[in-house]
Amino acid sequence: MTDKAPSSLADTESALDHKPRSQRWDVWDQFKSHKGALFGGGFFIFITIGVLLGPWIWTIEATFIDIRSRNQGMTLAHPFGTDQLGRDMLARMIAGGRVSLAVGFAAMLLALLLGTLIGVLAGFYQRLDSILMRLTDLFLSLPLLPLLLVMVMLFRQPLSNAFGPETGIFILIVTAIGLTSWMPTARIVRGDVLALKEREFILAARSIGTSNNALIRRHIIPNVMSPIMVSATLGIANAIITESALSFLGLGFPPDFPTWGRILFDATDYMQQYPSRVLWPGLAISLTVLGVNYLGDGLRDALDPRIRGR
Amino acid sequence: MLTYTLRRLLTSIPTLLFIALTIFLLLELAPGDPMAQVPLTVPPEVKEKMRLALGLGEPAYIRFWKWLVQFFWVEPLNFIDWLFNTSFAAEKQRVISWQTRSPVMDIVVQRMPQTLWVVGMSYIVGILIAIPIGIYSAYRQYSVFDQVGTFVTMVGFSIPPFFSGVLVIVVFSIFLGWFPSIYDTTHQVTDWDSFVVQLKQMIMPVMVLALQTTAQISRFMRASMLDNLNQDYVRTVRAKGLSETVVVLSHVLRNSLIPVVTVIALGVPAIFGGAIITEQVFKVNGIGQLLITAIQANDLPMVQTLTFIFAILIVFFNLVADLLYGILDPRIRYD
Repeated sequence: MTDKAPSSLADTESALDHKPRSQRWDVWDQFKSHKGALFGGGFFIFITIGVLLGPWIWTIEATFIDIRSRNQGMTLAHPFGTDQLGRDMLARMIAGGRVSLAVGFAAMLLALLLGTLIGVLAGFYQRLDSILMRLTDLFLSLPLLPLLLVMVMLFRQPLSNAFGPETGIFILIVTAIGLTSWMPTARIVRGDVLALKEREFILAARSIGTSNNALIRRHIIPNVMSPIMVSATLGIANAIITESALSFLGLGFPPDFPTWGRILFDATDYMQQYPSRVLWPGLAISLTVLGVNYLGDGLRDALDPRIRGR
Repeated sequence: MLTYTLRRLLTSIPTLLFIALTIFLLLELAPGDPMAQVPLTVPPEVKEKMRLALGLGEPAYIRFWKWLVQFFWVEPLNFIDWLFNTSFAAEKQRVISWQTRSPVMDIVVQRMPQTLWVVGMSYIVGILIAIPIGIYSAYRQYSVFDQVGTFVTMVGFSIPPFFSGVLVIVVFSIFLGWFPSIYDTTHQVTDWDSFVVQLKQMIMPVMVLALQTTAQISRFMRASMLDNLNQDYVRTVRAKGLSETVVVLSHVLRNSLIPVVTVIALGVPAIFGGAIITEQVFKVNGIGQLLITAIQANDLPMVQTLTFIFAILIVFFNLVADLLYGILDPRIRYD
């Protein structure tokens, strides 16, 4: 917005010996000053790139069984060791990370979409407000973890029959997590939309005859982007933890299809003999979630104009 | 206040009914057949009779109604009978588990103490640790203690209980051998030695659950203290020459505790949910573990009842949190 400022303004600013600054640069400067967020974001990008490019660098198949070299510790051939069937742990971690992160991103997107849609509708249209917020309250008072378990248990078989075991369960878990985690976003977005609706620029846009749809698309949505981005980061963290929890309870992905939670679950049986095997998936989950949480913390500070610049 | 309480209680009835219906309809879609375990040699007409005996013959709305009656009328009557040795509920059908063929509520009552001990203890321990940390972090904002505290709470947020639980088992019961990794629920406390054993087996589950509680509540405590420390009344109190201890502990703390108390109330149901995983890690046979086994065994009445109990907890503690706000904060009046 401000980077398209009229040149006269830019001239006066340079005359005053200020560089013209866009909002984006302000946000980045604030974000930079939060060391934890910088580290967290960096680690998250590193992990994402690592699991995406990993299979090309570490070429052992995650499902390749080499029964002779089972239960190995950390060696050069297998940096993270091998499991009880001789499958390479590093390869399994990379494959598991792909699934865990994919579930995280997809569930977050679904939750954000639902949350934003319901939040904007409730905030913008007076008639829908009470019914949609009642619905949000109802969802918030559902016991989510038990319901997730029940949902995954019930729809597991039909969906794996319809889409194959892997895709079916991916769809199931993403939908289940998405459907049970949109409520905080909806509440935050509704609150912001209610406040925005009273502002002058909305009145101005309305007075030149902007339709409701265009008003929402051009004026409302861009202005609620910052809380949405913050809840996006928290949503990824939440989705990764929920997926691992489901896998850990034995209700997630099938055993030959590794995710971090599943690897951790499988490793707990051998915890007494090979404790290090529990460590890798657990560390991967915890560090990724920690990184994402710090990223969210930094984003919240950076995107809040009241904190920025202080 | 009274009218508000009554209104909230009345509105929570349709909420609970809706939740019960949601759970029931979800379970209605279950493809699992409770007769799947019956041997193939049993003739179909006998199977049909067994199905009827489980109450599966009727249409869904009748079964839902029956469940509601059993849960809201027969079970409370049974509770009264048990309390006063009366016999109001004699001959009335209770909610029966398909796994054990015994009333669901009896099993829940058996499992409740384990969960309450572990969960309740961890919540209290977590709160007791969190509040001083929050106070001191806020009082010395951006000090080393505050930075470390922030980091530790972030870690507490991020490490899921199924990893922290496994981690403490690896460290404390495999490497160090201090505590048992499995919670023995048949253990009876009779003398000092058995009390020590009980204490030892409780430390790890309580620690794991308390880490999460501490992380959340100390954050809230810190934020709430920070809000209050910059207020005018604090300056007035200081100007009057009161000591820092009095300023912080009696003036600021009392005002900052208002939102924290409501957060504590709101967190109770969540901690029960979290206990599902922790119980699985430490093999505590509480209600969380009961729910998991019931889900795996396709025991629908048990799943329905347990999930609904979790829902009641959530609705009840939401109500408690709202009421506490009204009682503690004189600026908030509902009437």
